[in-house]
Amino acid sequence: MDLDFTAAEDAFRAEARAWLAAHVPAAPLPSLETADGFAAHREWERTLHADRWSVVSWPEEIGGRDASILQWLIFEEEYYAAGAPGRVSQNGINLLAPTLFEHGTDEQRARVLPSMASGEVIWAQAWSEPESGSDLASLRSTAERVDGGWRLSGQKTWSSRAAFADRAFGLFRSDRDGLEAGKPHRGLTYLMFPLDADGVTVRPIGRIDGKPAFAELFLDDVFVPDEDVIGAPGQGWQVAMSTAGNERGLTLRSPGRFTAAADRLTALWRSEDSHADPADPADTALRDRVADAVIGARAYQLFTYANASRIAAGGSIGAESSLNKVFWSDLDIALHETALDLLGPYGELADEAEDAPAHGSWAEGYTFSLAGPIYAGTNEIQRDIIAERLLGLPKGRR
Amino acid sequence: MRFLLDDEQREFARSLDKMLGGAEPTAAIRAWAAGDTGPGRALWARLAEAGVFALAVPEEHEGLGLLPVELAVSFGELGRHAVPGPLVETVAAAALLARLGGPVAAARLPGIASGRTAASLCLLSPGSPYALDGDAADAVFVVDGDTLRLAESTGPVQPSSDPARRLSRPVGGTVLRQGPEVVAAAAHAAEVAALAVAAQALGVGRALLAQTVEYVGGRKQFGVAIGSFQAVKHRLADTLIALEFAEPLVHAAALALAPGDPGSRSGFGSGRAVAAAKVAACEAAYAAARSALQLHGALGYTEELDLSLWIRKARALRTAWGTPAECRARVLAR
Repeated sequence: MDLDFTAAEDAFRAEARAWLAAHVPAAPLPSLETADGFAAHREWERTLHADRWSVVSWPEEIGGRDASILQWLIFEEEYYAAGAPGRVSQNGINLLAPTLFEHGTDEQRARVLPSMASGEVIWAQAWSEPESGSDLASLRSTAERVDGGWRLSGQKTWSSRAAFADRAFGLFRSDRDGLEAGKPHRGLTYLMFPLDADGVTVRPIGRIDGKPAFAELFLDDVFVPDEDVIGAPGQGWQVAMSTAGNERGLTLRSPGRFTAAADRLTALWRSEDSHADPADPADTALRDRVADAVIGARAYQLFTYANASRIAAGGSIGAESSLNKVFWSDLDIALHETALDLLGPYGELADEAEDAPAHGSWAEGYTFSLAGPIYAGTNEIQRDIIAERLLGLPKGRR
Repeated sequence: MRFLLDDEQREFARSLDKMLGGAEPTAAIRAWAAGDTGPGRALWARLAEAGVFALAVPEEHEGLGLLPVELAVSFGELGRHAVPGPLVETVAAAALLARLGGPVAAARLPGIASGRTAASLCLLSPGSPYALDGDAADAVFVVDGDTLRLAESTGPVQPSSDPARRLSRPVGGTVLRQGPEVVAAAAHAAEVAALAVAAQALGVGRALLAQTVEYVGGRKQFGVAIGSFQAVKHRLADTLIALEFAEPLVHAAALALAPGDPGSRSGFGSGRAVAAAKVAACEAAYAAARSALQLHGALGYTEELDLSLWIRKARALRTAWGTPAECRARVLAR
């Protein structure tokens, strides 16, 4: 048992660190949930891609570096430690790309992945519907078989990034038999479609601070060619679940985000902006919360190293990914709440306020963190999965 | 990097689990609490035979160590079975004496490795005025500032919230060593002790979770197993999450204490790593105890049910060898 990196891994870390030091913008970009911010973040994806840092774990021939899981974790640690911008293309890279690697055709990979890596095409997800949230398999948007393809109809919602994105991917019901037989997971098809296609209406939704972070999608007889179906028609649930596993598992929120945020929190606690007194041994309430954020981030990092070791040794991660999702989403909120409390009267300032500390990054991070326990499978669903599949407790009504 | 226990370490854990499971430890715990240390010492001898105490004793003194990862693995099993006795204090005393070396180490360490000597250790400041199981130990070591003493006797037993932990104040004794090297060795011993408590707490928490999962799977109310209710499931899911994320902290703390550790590059030296592990593991175990108590209903609130032995131990371990506040402060220390 060890926590050691090889010389090659150290060299990889040094190369990433040097590149980031030279390229990360000095001032934070505007929020990626605004039109200007979205464009600036897309431009940043192009910069990353130019030197093959946008998709390090992909094969070299499509813009990656063939990085191992551990190298990817190293890159992420360096990326967030450098204060680099959020990744506007993460839905595509973390959710769609793994699905294409596993279930797509060579033609689909060649067509979709390069423009995803460069940020030229930004992808949004289209899972939830107004009547289908946690019970996703009950979804009712349809894909009707026509000559050479499919026609999509229905309504999707909570589609992250869709207000400014180019294309979307999601599940549609192509066969109603499963639904009527009480087996709703059957008869779903996984499709990709352009958000500017005829028949698609995008209505941005303001998240809790008003920024259009997600959108409703209205689909009215939208034609999609056969080449944009991923996996076999009717097998969409199985295809999508491999994506969900990725989302909750290793790739969605890397430990580097949290170790970097915990370091920044510690620095804030020690700084003149802090409304706690690190030198006062009696001032323990905020100190303990700072310590818990540091401990939590380290625990998540080590837990992930253990999972990476398990995968490298030929193992796999299944329901265990639900442990991850609950842990990091709770950690993220607690960490940001602590930061805002440390900021005293400045803690309530919105990220766009001129006076907002750290260019509003604590406020923006806090707002972003509030969604964590809700998306990618609510934490209630995750706890059900943990209890039933890992602890073996009996199934019950949700 | 291979941040996983190897096959041999996992097999070591399994064999200890099997041995302890077959040794009726709850009878030994209750006897120990009543002042009859016979069954507990018999168990002690078997643990020594399995090599547990030798893990903290250097090879030159008839031991195998220091092997902190194996130590953490074994203390996980000792916690899982709530084994009584000054287990932590004995390995911490071994670490202290090994660091000091000289005639004291040569005189005492082989006995610790072989199981002949159950030792207690009391670090007066910062620390606790009490020696755990001082009345049952063969040697009680006391560190007061830069002075190491061997206590002459111990005062009356002060009952602990964990009935199997018998606390008493060391009295008098002879000076064994004096000087700055004692301060440094005591600091090292305190880290070994905190690691052992963290690992023990993890085992206590795992046992509490397992017993509670079994109970709620069988207990029926409103015609169904209470384990099918979300309020019950989610509490146990949170219990598992806390334990699962504490475990790698304990393993990393063990690696940080291994002789020759380069001092982890992430800035977590042994002091911070051990403190983080202690907080996380003891909080997780304590939360597991609260869940176990709540989900067993009134039954869990009885002394008669063996579950109480684990519940009460989880509370005591929380503050043993470093309170939550002390550990959190250490995590943030520069």
